[in-house]
Amino acid sequence: MNNNKDICLHVLYDDDRILLNGIKIIQCHNFCSINEVYSPFPIHNLDKILKLKKTNLSFLSFVYGSFGFCLASLLTWYIMIFDWPQNIGGKPSFSWIKNIPSFIPVIFEISIFFSAHLMCISYLIQCKLFPGFSPKNPDPRTTDNMFLIELSIKNNSEKLVNLLKENGAKEVIIKK
Amino acid sequence: MSNHYESPIRNPLILGKKTFKNITNDILKPIKNKAGNLWWIALFISVLAFLWGIMCIFYTIGTGIGVWGLNKTINWAWDITNFVWWVGIGHAGTLISAVLLLFRQKWRLSINRSAEAMTIFAVIQAGLFPIIHMGRPWNAHWVLPIPNQFGTLWPNFNSPLLWDVFAISTYFSVSTVFWFMGLIPDFAMIRDRISNPFQKKIYSILSFGWGGTSKEWKRFEEISLILAGLCTPLVFSVHTIVSFDFSTSVIKGWHSTIFPPYFVAGAIFSGFAMVQTLLGVARKVLSLESYITRNHIEYMNMIILLTGGIVFLAYISEFILAWYSGSPFEKFIYFSKEAAKGPFWWAFWALIICNIIIPQFLWIRSIRRSFFWSYVIAIIINIGMWFERFDIIVLNLSHDYLPSSWTGFIPSFVDVGIFIGTIGLFFILYLLYIRTFPVISQSELKTILKPKKEDELNNK
Repeated sequence: MNNNKDICLHVLYDDDRILLNGIKIIQCHNFCSINEVYSPFPIHNLDKILKLKKTNLSFLSFVYGSFGFCLASLLTWYIMIFDWPQNIGGKPSFSWIKNIPSFIPVIFEISIFFSAHLMCISYLIQCKLFPGFSPKNPDPRTTDNMFLIELSIKNNSEKLVNLLKENGAKEVIIKK
Repeated sequence: MSNHYESPIRNPLILGKKTFKNITNDILKPIKNKAGNLWWIALFISVLAFLWGIMCIFYTIGTGIGVWGLNKTINWAWDITNFVWWVGIGHAGTLISAVLLLFRQKWRLSINRSAEAMTIFAVIQAGLFPIIHMGRPWNAHWVLPIPNQFGTLWPNFNSPLLWDVFAISTYFSVSTVFWFMGLIPDFAMIRDRISNPFQKKIYSILSFGWGGTSKEWKRFEEISLILAGLCTPLVFSVHTIVSFDFSTSVIKGWHSTIFPPYFVAGAIFSGFAMVQTLLGVARKVLSLESYITRNHIEYMNMIILLTGGIVFLAYISEFILAWYSGSPFEKFIYFSKEAAKGPFWWAFWALIICNIIIPQFLWIRSIRRSFFWSYVIAIIINIGMWFERFDIIVLNLSHDYLPSSWTGFIPSFVDVGIFIGTIGLFFILYLLYIRTFPVISQSELKTILKPKKEDELNNK
């Protein structure tokens, strides 16, 4: 094998526990790095083992919800108090804060609406998921029953390949 | 295996020695195979019902809502009964997905996808009724706060009917988004397995290029949890707001502070009954016996029993408060002695038998775990919950504050036709769904599969 160039390896497993063990073996090995792990379902603790950063989606959903809250408050104030106040059943039409019990349901719904939808859009953008995009998984079996580690190795890969196979890897594919 | 610990003293959630591949194949089977005769017959009947409904809707719009059985005393009847009934049914899906996700109830995994689909299809039916009831549905956009040609003509934010517009539309769109986000990994699974080029193209578009990377799954889990957190208050708010349509009015029998929790419990009660009804059929037709087990049926029946108990308690409260108020008009509310022996006695007793007496059989374990009896009881509850809404609306309105205007109600063929049409449309959507969508959230279901089983099978 060429010792100077980066070699890309696809290591396939059929069990997520053995995959986690495989990742630990790779991490102990010098001159190689894990590019990505593909799996048919979320694997518990994988993010910690791969040291993935905490996502900011929960914070973003709070920001979007706050935006919806402000927008709904502004909307109800503008329509019901500022632009065209009307006496409806004697409810206070001159003060937004005094008539707020009537506005709470709509403010709540709009806050949830913005929070949920904008968070999902952020999620799709962060994951680069859009209608019609070509599949990211290098092997179609990863949406079925196989788990794949994609790694780059600088050094001779033979030793690592043998080690991974001994520790439960079902298949190792060498890509250039 | 993943984050799931299955107690040895609990019954397994998936029966048989299933592997990851088995689950994939079982979910793919209805999509890959051709539809059976039963499916085509069901679709044909549903289309006929829908066509009748469409005809009645066009007749209503062309002639006016005078073609319904309404009169000046009973000015809401079948339409709003159907609206509330469908919205109620639409509650179980998001409850199963969101509330049970927050409570870490793994048994939801086999049923959440279909229950969510049911929610979305039911809310579509519910939304039709207020729009048709407007009489001029082409002006339906007037309920939205958008600038218009009449200067400053804004909707009234003091009105619970407008709160309904926001509540139902938000519930529909957020539930749809929640459902679709969960579908993306499963669409990707179909995309990678299907061979027909046209189907492959469609599922490629729908799967958004999903690859199942570690970052995608991490974010997926996070948004699932946040969406569940957002949907939980939403589920409770929607039927609360629907109940405000009645409880904020000054009509006797409606003007009741108990309505919000009572409506929410009633919605969950009827929603789970409809989930049982649909899954009872889907389980057999799609051969999902390994995934929808007696345990699932029993857990759902327990929720039905609990929410049915809350509804029963609310009926008693209504009865006592009506008596305690001392108002002569309160004597004629939907849950009273007068209702039991009045002109709508049949509707009153249908409510009592279907919603109170029959569900009590679920206390018996063998009935609770029986597919047949659960199915029968679920259908009876569906009927009973329709009568509950009919009683609340029609019985209360029929004896209003002016005894000279007391009257009865007879539905016209148009009332009945539109209702049957919505049932037809609901089943059309559901039948198309079970042939084209992954009916079980396979990516989540695989997380509760014991790996031992696969190892054992591989070693054999």
